[in-house]
Formats: sequence, C-alpha cells, structure tokens
Amino acid sequence: MLYKFWMTVKKELLLLQRDFGGLVILFVMPLVLIITITLIQNSAFKSLSENKIPILLVDYDNGSISKTVKDNLNKNGSFSIVSKIHGIKLNETSAKEAVFKGEYQLAIIIPEKLSVDLQTKVDQNVNKILSGFGVTDSANTIKNGDVIGQKEVRLYFDPATQMTFKNAVKSAIDKMISQIETQSIYKTFQDQLGESNNPIFDQKSFIAFKEIVPTVNNKEILPNSVQHNVPAWSLFAIFFIVVPLSINIVKEKGQGTQIRLITNPVPYAILIAGKTATYLLICLIQFLLMVAVGVYIFPFLDLPVLDVSGKIMLMMNVAFFSGLAAIGFGILLGTVAKTHEQSAPFGATSVVILAAIGGVWVPVFAMPKVMQYVSHISPMNWGLNAFYDVLLRNGSILEILPEIIFLLLFFITTITIAILYDKKKRAV
Amino acid sequence: MTNSIIEVNQLYKKYKEADDFSVNNMSLVVEEKEIFGLLGPNGAGKTTLLSMLCGLIKPTSGTFAINHLTYDKNANDIKKIIGVVPQEYALYPTLTAKENLMYFGSMYGLKGKDLNKKVDKTLEYLGLLKFSNKKIDTFSGGMKRRVNLIAGILHNPKVLFLDEPTVGVDVQSKNVIIEYLKELNSKGTTIIYTSHHLSEAQDFCTKIAIIDRGKIYAEGTPNALISGTPNAHNLEDVFISLTGKELRDAI
Repeated sequence: MLYKFWMTVKKELLLLQRDFGGLVILFVMPLVLIITITLIQNSAFKSLSENKIPILLVDYDNGSISKTVKDNLNKNGSFSIVSKIHGIKLNETSAKEAVFKGEYQLAIIIPEKLSVDLQTKVDQNVNKILSGFGVTDSANTIKNGDVIGQKEVRLYFDPATQMTFKNAVKSAIDKMISQIETQSIYKTFQDQLGESNNPIFDQKSFIAFKEIVPTVNNKEILPNSVQHNVPAWSLFAIFFIVVPLSINIVKEKGQGTQIRLITNPVPYAILIAGKTATYLLICLIQFLLMVAVGVYIFPFLDLPVLDVSGKIMLMMNVAFFSGLAAIGFGILLGTVAKTHEQSAPFGATSVVILAAIGGVWVPVFAMPKVMQYVSHISPMNWGLNAFYDVLLRNGSILEILPEIIFLLLFFITTITIAILYDKKKRAV
Repeated sequence: MTNSIIEVNQLYKKYKEADDFSVNNMSLVVEEKEIFGLLGPNGAGKTTLLSMLCGLIKPTSGTFAINHLTYDKNANDIKKIIGVVPQEYALYPTLTAKENLMYFGSMYGLKGKDLNKKVDKTLEYLGLLKFSNKKIDTFSGGMKRRVNLIAGILHNPKVLFLDEPTVGVDVQSKNVIIEYLKELNSKGTTIIYTSHHLSEAQDFCTKIAIIDRGKIYAEGTPNALISGTPNAHNLEDVFISLTGKELRDAI
C-alpha cells in the first residue's frame, strides 16, 4: 500500500514538473504577489509621511483658532496648507469647486469671528459659573442679548477620498478645536480670578497614553506591515492551490485516467492521500519561499525584515494545517466540478471571497457586525489568527491549537463530502 | 466442459435524466476463455453494460457476478482479476509511455524489476519500446491505443474488458492490437469486447451478442448467427436484419 502511495506522489510530482505554467502559478506568482503588495502598502505609508498632502484652507476667522489650526497642520508634517490657487486668494466657493473636481482632497473653511465668538462664549460660561459662587462682579455678568450660536468648521472632501483618511482628518481637527476650547476656558478662569501673571492651572493634558506592546526577553515586538503581510498573503497563496488541484482532478475525469484508477484495486483513500501529500509539500515550499523573501529579500527592497526568530516551527505548523484545509477544499471542488470552466473560475473566486471575509484585506474588527460573524466560517480567518498569534501575539502551540483543530476538521469534512459525493455519483 | 466467468441476470440500468432504460432486462453468460463481442448501434447500451461490469456505475436492478464474485461483497477481489481498456485514451498526456505504465502497473501491486521488465516486454511486443520515453501527447492515435491497451493488461487479468479498442486507428495498429489480444486469450484471458467494426468482430470473437435499445436481440457464435439469419452472408447482414436501418443518434 505504501508503494502505491509513493507511486501516486511520484506521478503527481511528475505531472506538476511537466506543467510549466502551473509551476509559475504555484511558486512565482505568490512571490510576486507578496513583494508587490508589501511594496505598495509600505510606499503608501511613506507617501503619507514623506510626501505632504496639499489641503485648502480658507481662513475667514484670522484669529487665534485659525492660527492654531495652521500651526498644528504645519507641525503635523503630513500636510501643506494652500490658501491661494493660481495667485488668487481662496474663498469657500472656489475651494469647494477645486475639491469636488478632485484637484485637492480636502478644504477646511474656518468661519468668520470663530476665535472672538469662542472667547465670548467661554467668557459667558465662566462668568455664569463664577457668579454662582459670588466670585465675579456684576459688570461681567451676561446680558440676555449676548447669546452666541453654535459655530461650524466646514470640511469639503473629494468624493473619491478614502473613508479612513476622512475619519483621520476629522478626528485630528476635532482634537485641535477641543484643545483650543479647553485652553480658552482655563485662560478665562485665570483672567477672571486675576491670576493672569501667575498661572494656577497646568494646561498640559493630564491624561496621556502609551502603547504597550508584547515583549520577548524584555525586547518589544513592534508589529510592522511585513509581519502582517507575509502571513496574510502566504495564506492567500496557500489557498490558491485549490485552483490547480481542482483542475488536476477534473482533468483526470476528462482524460479517462480516473476510470482506470477506479477500476484498479487501489483504495480511493490512497489516491487522495497521494494528492494531499504532494500538494501539501507544494504548500510548505511555497510558504518557506515567502518567508525567505520576507527575511532575506525585503531588507534589500527597503522594507522591514520579517522577524521569525524562534517562531518558524509554529508558523510551519499553521502553514501545514492551512495547506490541509486548502487541499480538502480543492479536492471537493475537483470532485464536484465537471469541467475546467467550472472549477477554475469558481476556485479562484471562492478563494478571493474566503480571503475577503477571512480578514486578509480588511481587518475583521473593521467589518460590519454581520460580516464579523461570517468571518468565523472562513478557514483563512482561522489560519490568519493562528499566524497573528504566533507572529504578533507571541503565542505558543496552546494558543494556536483551536485554530489548528478547526483547519483539520475543515480538511476532514471536505474530504468526507468529496468521497460521499463521488460514491453517490457512481450510483447514477 | 466450460465454466462461466461472467453471469448477468435480469440487469436494468436507467440514468436519472433518461426516458428509457439503457440496459433493459439483460441476461447473459460469458464462458471462461471466450472472446465475447457486444455489438450494437450507437446508444444500444454496450458501454453502459461494460461500465456496470467494470464497477464504474451501479445497476438500477438485477445482479451480475464476475468469477462468482459480486461488487457489493468482493469489489477489491474483482478489481484484481479484471483489466479495463476504456474507449478514451486513459493516460496522462504529459507523462511518457513508460511513466504511465509504471504508474498504472504499480496500482495493481506490481513493482520493481518485474514491473519494469513487463512494461518493456509489452512495449516491445506492440512496437513501442523505442518511444517508451516519449510523452503520450506526442503519440499518434494508434500508438496511444496500444499504450492504453498495455495499461489494462500489465497484471495479466483473468477477464479483460475492452471498449472499442481499435476505434480511430490505422490498419497496422489494429492488426497488432488484435493479434496481441488473441495471444492473451490463448493464454487464458477472457475478453469482453465492444466494437462497431463488424468484420473485425466476426474474425475475432468466439461469441457475439447483438444489442439494441438495451436488450439482447441475438447471441451465439458468429457462424451460428450468420447461418441462422435468412439471406445473411456476414455479420453486417445479421446486424442490419436485427437492428434495422434506422439512424441511431443518441444523446
């Protein structure tokens, strides 16, 4: 039986070896994919930090708030402020037009008298509080006609702007304005209490934050784009084995070789085991090549190095079981599909869908609630979590055990369905 | 005295989407060492019957036994004693003739030097030894047919099923194949064979069943069938007389 298994593996390897196009898909394309994606993502980060994004600023305020906004935007380093186009000073209409045409990504319109009105509003509020304590004199109390309405800083975004960029800008501006408001309140209190020359309030933020990252031997493990990209795209490539594997099975049906194999005294399990072993070997080689690219090639491309120190065996474990899951899916698809035209597009599309819902492209936490539940059915999600456990969360075999068990169960289930379907089909 | 090696008893087969039975109450007996021809027009039910006997599909009802064994109890034992030569070139096109044969031989439990020797000897007999290391997709139709045949007989099967083994090949290849099959038969292999070549079947088969619409219309030795049909001079006359001149395009 072992000899039959070995001969099946040998046959599968020979078939792959003679299929140059297939080999390119299996080994070269994943490497091209992983290098391209990481370079693009890394350069996107760089372009954000190195190339300044021009933003339009229309300042009708000309006060302390607009000055603070300008100072903060300049200090940020990611933006360059544009207040004139072709030498003509911007107004709200021209700024809006330029943004909606896609010439600029963002315009900020600071309304007239914003600084003055904010100060008046703060003065009113502080006076109200202090008069409640009997601290302030009647000369400073508010008159009814002095009510200040809510002001708004208007933002115009190019409709093509990514939501993440929009949200980041909105929250940054919101933070700036809150700071200005807080500082104004502190300052007004000091002025009202007659302590202008001797500050009684510390205006620095009391609460700061510090990111605590996992450590190994007291050394912090800082996640970078490579630590995310290599496992995610390796998994994607591993699952792409579904396409050549299902085509291989469909071909056997078309060529008639399957008839010969069914009429031979060899258990179907041996034939499946032979294919599984061969394609699993391919998956592991693919994975090691991609890891090697992360470790040895990325530094030459000015990318961060993939740190796998002390983790390679655990990563191989995840790759092994992910490979099994992919192979099970490929065998099932090959068994059910009748033609290449069915298996190849379906295989490719389903892998892309599994990757999408599995969190390879968009993190699961950023998905809508329903999709977060759906993501749990994707074997790529299990594999990805296991890789992140190993690479980013410093997890051990115990932490990745549940994901590994799920991947193994997926393999067993798909293979069982394939065998039962094949048996049923033979009874027609 | 002869022994039966295949016994088919009231066999029926109806495919899911078909209106009629492909095999409709067929019963027959094949004796050991016979060359049994299943002849019939397109869609007569020859390949369906052969597919059931090879264990590729299950009958709708009825029973059959091969060497007194049945698939539901002794599938593996049956598979060990039968050889199958399908109508398709059931070979891997990107593997060489030898690689194909070494693989399929190994699936029958043959291995090592014995298998290697057997493959070379058979390739030589069928005029293919010098092409043994060439890929199948470079072979002509006749060469592929011969390799296809070898893949089904490497393990010296007791019963050999052949589905149109000479279709689409030149006269030379056909002769080589038929001669080799006769030699196999002389060594004790029972052959069940389907064909559209009636003159080939007349010379080759020891017994023939003429099938149409899933039923056996006549059964006997070629000579008995010819002499038993009025105005028949050959098997073709018998065939037309029994199955008619109507076209049989089947889907």
